[in-house]
Amino acid sequence: MTTSTATAPAPAATATAVRAPGPGRLRRRLAQWGFVAPAVVFMLLFFGYPLVRNVVMSFQHYTPKTFFTGEAPFNGTDNWAGVFQDALFGKALWHTLVFTAGSLLGQFCIGLALAVFFNRRFPLSGALRSLILLPWLVPMVVSGIVWRRILDQDTGVLNSFLDTVGLAGHTPWLTSPDLALLSVVLVNIWIGIPFNMVILYGGLQEIPKELYEAASLDGASAWRTFRSLTLPLLKPVITVVLVLGFMSTVKILDLILALTDGGPADATQTLGTLTYQNSFVQLDFGAGAVVGNVLILISAVFAVFYLRANRTEGK
Amino acid sequence: MSERFTRGGKPTVTAPSPAAVRRLRAGSRGAVVPLAAASASVLIAGVALSGCAQQRDGDVYTVMNSSTDESYHRWDAEAMARCGERLGVRIEQQSVPAAQVMTKALRMASSKSLPDIVQFDASEMPVFAQAGGLVDLRSLGLSTRDIPEGIVNFGSYKGTYYGAARSVNTLALFYNKDILDQAGVRVPTTWAELRETARKLTEGRRYGLALSAGGAEDGVFQFTPFMWSNGGDERKLDGPRVVEALDYWKALLKDGSLSKSTVNWTQADVNDQFMAGNAAMMINGPWQVETLNTRKSLRWGIAEIPVPEAGATSVGPLGGAVLTVPRTGDAERERTAGRIVACLAGEKEQLTYALNSWMVPANAKAAAVWRERVPELDALADQVAAARSRTARLGAGWPDVSLALQSAFQSALTGQSSEAALQRAQQRATSGN
Repeated sequence: MTTSTATAPAPAATATAVRAPGPGRLRRRLAQWGFVAPAVVFMLLFFGYPLVRNVVMSFQHYTPKTFFTGEAPFNGTDNWAGVFQDALFGKALWHTLVFTAGSLLGQFCIGLALAVFFNRRFPLSGALRSLILLPWLVPMVVSGIVWRRILDQDTGVLNSFLDTVGLAGHTPWLTSPDLALLSVVLVNIWIGIPFNMVILYGGLQEIPKELYEAASLDGASAWRTFRSLTLPLLKPVITVVLVLGFMSTVKILDLILALTDGGPADATQTLGTLTYQNSFVQLDFGAGAVVGNVLILISAVFAVFYLRANRTEGK
Repeated sequence: MSERFTRGGKPTVTAPSPAAVRRLRAGSRGAVVPLAAASASVLIAGVALSGCAQQRDGDVYTVMNSSTDESYHRWDAEAMARCGERLGVRIEQQSVPAAQVMTKALRMASSKSLPDIVQFDASEMPVFAQAGGLVDLRSLGLSTRDIPEGIVNFGSYKGTYYGAARSVNTLALFYNKDILDQAGVRVPTTWAELRETARKLTEGRRYGLALSAGGAEDGVFQFTPFMWSNGGDERKLDGPRVVEALDYWKALLKDGSLSKSTVNWTQADVNDQFMAGNAAMMINGPWQVETLNTRKSLRWGIAEIPVPEAGATSVGPLGGAVLTVPRTGDAERERTAGRIVACLAGEKEQLTYALNSWMVPANAKAAAVWRERVPELDALADQVAAARSRTARLGAGWPDVSLALQSAFQSALTGQSSEAALQRAQQRATSGN
């Protein structure tokens, strides 16, 4: 049986060698394309089509009527002008930037600190590490609802606690327009820590132990070791964590809907909530698509960074 | 279904299939490839199939509603079983979360798979009607006899009757009898009395009054009785009457009679606060009664929402859902759907539904019986009689105004002047953004 399979392809191979563009070559080409086809079809269907559709929709007068008639007349840049003139858009853009920057900074710093902490083995470190993963496992909406209760001004656990230890116990976490965005960022930091920790922890494990030994022989302090050894070697992982974190944070919607619904007084409206509100409350799908496109554009810029980072890592 | 399959699947199915066919001839090395291609086409077939969720089946009629709560789902299922038996058809219920009814119905409209009956929240119905998606119920033989004019308007858009209400609800003032008795105060009837009583009843962790000023339709729903009883008009949000109403809310908050969390509370949160004894009175609707009654020790009463001046009429918002027949293009089925709506919204079914859900029957005769059976909610029936639909003046323009108003009262309650906030709201509402 082994001989039969071994001999079978041999004549085929010689045949392709003789006639260069012969059927064997073609067959192999087709086979290659066959492997690629599912991925290409998937991408076109689930990423390409919605993306193109969204761009087209942002130039259309797309209303509930469209669903019946199928007619969505093009209206030039009306949707874009309308959205950009809306004072709420500027506000939402600013909130999105603050939210994203604040969340990433907090998540990353605490995540990195925890990763470095858990990189040293100590009793129960495994158990503790898995406990810290919990926020990641809880659905975003559940976290949002629980935190809304915790942060309630009068009956929330946090304020009751602050009260008992004698601190300002009546902090209007979610009910003051000045504080709401900060509160939402804090909750999102809590949610994002596990992701940052896990990836950075994995990166730390990759750094050879000998390097640390060498550093300690050279008499480097802990801080010096971290700055000159850990950070540079962790750089590719850091880039990936930050870029992935950015892309999942910038489009935030569920957490904010559960915590504040964009309020109070639009203090926590982000591009995500704005596109939701335009499309699904006002049913102005054209305007919703404009805001969605802006979000995609912002993400796309960072996707380029991500690909760059991946490429340099590959080298 | 087969038709949709070929239409929806055509470009995608042809893409991998020539490759797959050639692969089959590619010999032993290609054995894995057909598998990959096959998995892709299975995937695509799945997508194409999901596009045709509903296939109309002879005697099975579908009602899409938002009865996702166990009790509501059960009551509806029972009513549908009774009507189905009477009409000799099978009625199936498809419940989706309230916030998704509109978008789901629109998606179904574009894929020509609309259910036979859709139950919309009455404030959403005009949007669907304006898009040309609903059938005039009168043309299907439904009568509006015995239905008060206000409730006919509630289910109408531009004078055409598209939605039959089974029951309606509105807001009222709920109060904790024990707390009021202890303090020796009467149930307030005017704004001045409400403010005074609420201030008196605020004590320690307990607030005098709880209401929802949350950033969603809940908050707007709660603001309307104050705006309307004061003569305010939603078409002119910066009018002095609306400003006064908002200033009144601000005063309650400034007195400390309302929690500062008011701006972040939904109506369900308000009910929780009232049940927990954190509020002596609340503005809320009858759909909370079932939950309220789970706490046996709580003695509550209900009254009309106080008015600006003694003798004025308390105008609340009409709430509730309406049964509509969407245009499916099949006249025969639409007629049967009309008969199902007539049965579900008939006097008898209305009474059963209203008694279950603590809401007021839309039909005047059923409402009279209901008043006798549920005397404790008498105040609610009065409030309903004077209540107004949110879309009566604005029709499909309501969502824009609602969003602008939410932002305005939240700004005002967190520090801005009512006037400035409402002026901005009016600009925002008219600009359509």
